[in-house]
Amino acid sequence: MSDTAPMTYREACRQALIEAMEADPRVFMMGEDIGAYGGCYAVTKGLLDMFGPERIRDTPLAESGFTGAGIGAAMVGMRPIVEIMTVNFSLLALDQIINNAATIPHMSGGQFAVPLVIRMATGGGRRVAAQHSHSLEGWYAHIPGIRILAPATIEDARHMLKPALADPNPVLIFEHVMLYNDTEPFDASVNAVDIATAAVRRAGADVSLVTYGGSLKKCLAAAETLAEDGVDAEVIDLRVLRPLDDATILGSVRKTRRCVIVDEGWRTGSLSAEIGMRIAETAFFDLDAPLRRVCSAEVPIPYAPAMEDAALPQPATIVATVRELMGRG
Amino acid sequence: MTDRVHLDRPRLLHLLEAMERIRLFEAKCVELYQTQKILGFLHLYDGEEAVSVGVIEALRPEDAVVATYREHGQALARGIGMDVLMAEMLGKVEGCCRGRGGSMHIFDAKKRFYGGNAIVGGGLPLAIGVALGDKMQGREAVTVCFFGDGAAGEGEFHESLNLAALWQLPVLFVCENNLYSMGMALGRAEVDTDIARHAGGYTMPAEAVDGMDVVAVEAAARRALEHVRGGGGPAFLECRTYRFRAHSMFDAQSYRTKEEVAAWRDKGPILRLTRWMTETGLLHAGDQAAIEERVKAEIEAAVAFAEAGTLEDPADLLKFVSMENVPQEGAVR
Ligand SMILES: Cc1ncc(C[n+]2csc(CCOP(=O)(O)OP(=O)(O)O)c2C)c(N)n1
Ligand SMILES: [Mg+2]
Repeated sequence: MSDTAPMTYREACRQALIEAMEADPRVFMMGEDIGAYGGCYAVTKGLLDMFGPERIRDTPLAESGFTGAGIGAAMVGMRPIVEIMTVNFSLLALDQIINNAATIPHMSGGQFAVPLVIRMATGGGRRVAAQHSHSLEGWYAHIPGIRILAPATIEDARHMLKPALADPNPVLIFEHVMLYNDTEPFDASVNAVDIATAAVRRAGADVSLVTYGGSLKKCLAAAETLAEDGVDAEVIDLRVLRPLDDATILGSVRKTRRCVIVDEGWRTGSLSAEIGMRIAETAFFDLDAPLRRVCSAEVPIPYAPAMEDAALPQPATIVATVRELMGRG
Repeated sequence: MTDRVHLDRPRLLHLLEAMERIRLFEAKCVELYQTQKILGFLHLYDGEEAVSVGVIEALRPEDAVVATYREHGQALARGIGMDVLMAEMLGKVEGCCRGRGGSMHIFDAKKRFYGGNAIVGGGLPLAIGVALGDKMQGREAVTVCFFGDGAAGEGEFHESLNLAALWQLPVLFVCENNLYSMGMALGRAEVDTDIARHAGGYTMPAEAVDGMDVVAVEAAARRALEHVRGGGGPAFLECRTYRFRAHSMFDAQSYRTKEEVAAWRDKGPILRLTRWMTETGLLHAGDQAAIEERVKAEIEAAVAFAEAGTLEDPADLLKFVSMENVPQEGAVR
């Protein structure tokens, strides 16, 4: 019998940080309001008291400056964890992430590694409109040299950090804002996860729903609804957006012969486009139906609730798309 | 004061030779560019040699250097072998970065040389991190960060100066003010062209020095480093200098006059030093010829090494995109 007490996603992230800070003196954190304020999503609450201001380093509003500082510190032997409040603000640090962190190992001929972890919140649903709600992780997944993680479960939120810190390469962790308050039973007997594979969160025979992050719950909910109509959906949680676990995706699609990709990013030039193309390149003749996608509407995410809900993927749109695909529209 | 510049004859000859090595190395690079052995961008340091030589003379082996795409001078002054540097310019696997970086991206872990950086301002935040990491691990080292006057317009410049001062980090910022960023004259780019004064606004000691005078640069660097090594936080040095040649290999130079360039050439760092040494009787007949001969032999050997080098096998194209482990600091490949 395993020990399963409920835990929030936020608490899982927090415990992972505490564990990492306790395990390795080279680990320290930098970010805006992570210390005295306790973290803009309260993930780092209490850490300043536990570890002090040297290791829980409140920074000024200088995303490029402190992200670059994380890169430099990683290159000289530290294991920094940089927190950027949201993916939107990470755009001010793009130069450092893409031009430095992602290039230096290769460009230096392998002389330097950049063992850096950058965490940030992503995604919509909180009624905070277009400058706090976008899902740009797919953009980052375009970049060679960095690993992109999207923990969608409490277990992944709790355990992905450790292997991310052990990775000699820069790892970006995207925490969907709508997950922080989620509570799930947490199996304390599980104490490690990998950061290489996708997971089958629900096995099914008729259609594969390939998704990640904040859309996982929506896909699972859609799968329940579809089951009532006798459609057995398999739900794949990508977990790792770069490098993609092709084997799991293709294995599922070859089995179900139908696929709907659900991605909170915009459709055009998106991660969903990449996944669809990989399927088309290698499993085209295994498909019984055209590939389909459910993505965010191609608009800046609006504030008004009905408008925001209409812009984001929803269980109902996923269900409708699958039904159409199955010829049950 | 421990860190004074000693101006005896051997020392001055050493400074002269250090500058000649850069000047002549780059002259050879121009030839190799013309025969298309060196490709891409090639940003020459002609006229600015006193800056890297003066500053790096004042460093210790444990210190770290962060530079820009105009960094052949820093690389040579820091002691990166001319052979591996030339091999890098020729894109050979024997180059310090296996030919992956080329002229603008010179790295050398053993020399704590954290890059050339072809993003204007991009090295500054990284230098903050190098200094922070060193400090947190109890290493007594200073990070010297070189950048141009153009970088002073970037947000990363201001973010980094503030962070270094706020966290009292051991960083020496060195602005190589050559009055232009490509074709943009400093006076057309900055409302206050006194860059050292910008730094002063971040509460760190900031000095502007004649960047054509290698002795003055070294002395100023030693003063600044004394402050940094004493735990006083960062310091800032603006070296006023001039680039004699085009921004990269060729440009129309439509942004400045021939007369302006000629006037600066006459104030160049090598002429400046040799004139003064001659006046004071410290430069003897044959000194310069002997230096040139030594340096040319070194260059010929470097070219031979580079020419004999091999091109990396494209089968290794993806190697090091993701590292399999973290190399030991100071270890290579
Ligand atoms: C962020 C960025 N913007 C523009 C450029 C193109 N560029 C390359 S060098 C340069 C001029 C930089 O001038 P300065 O910092 O004064 O250095 P200098 O070339 O004079 O040594 C520019 C605009 C660049 N490499 N990076
Ligand atoms: Mg300039």
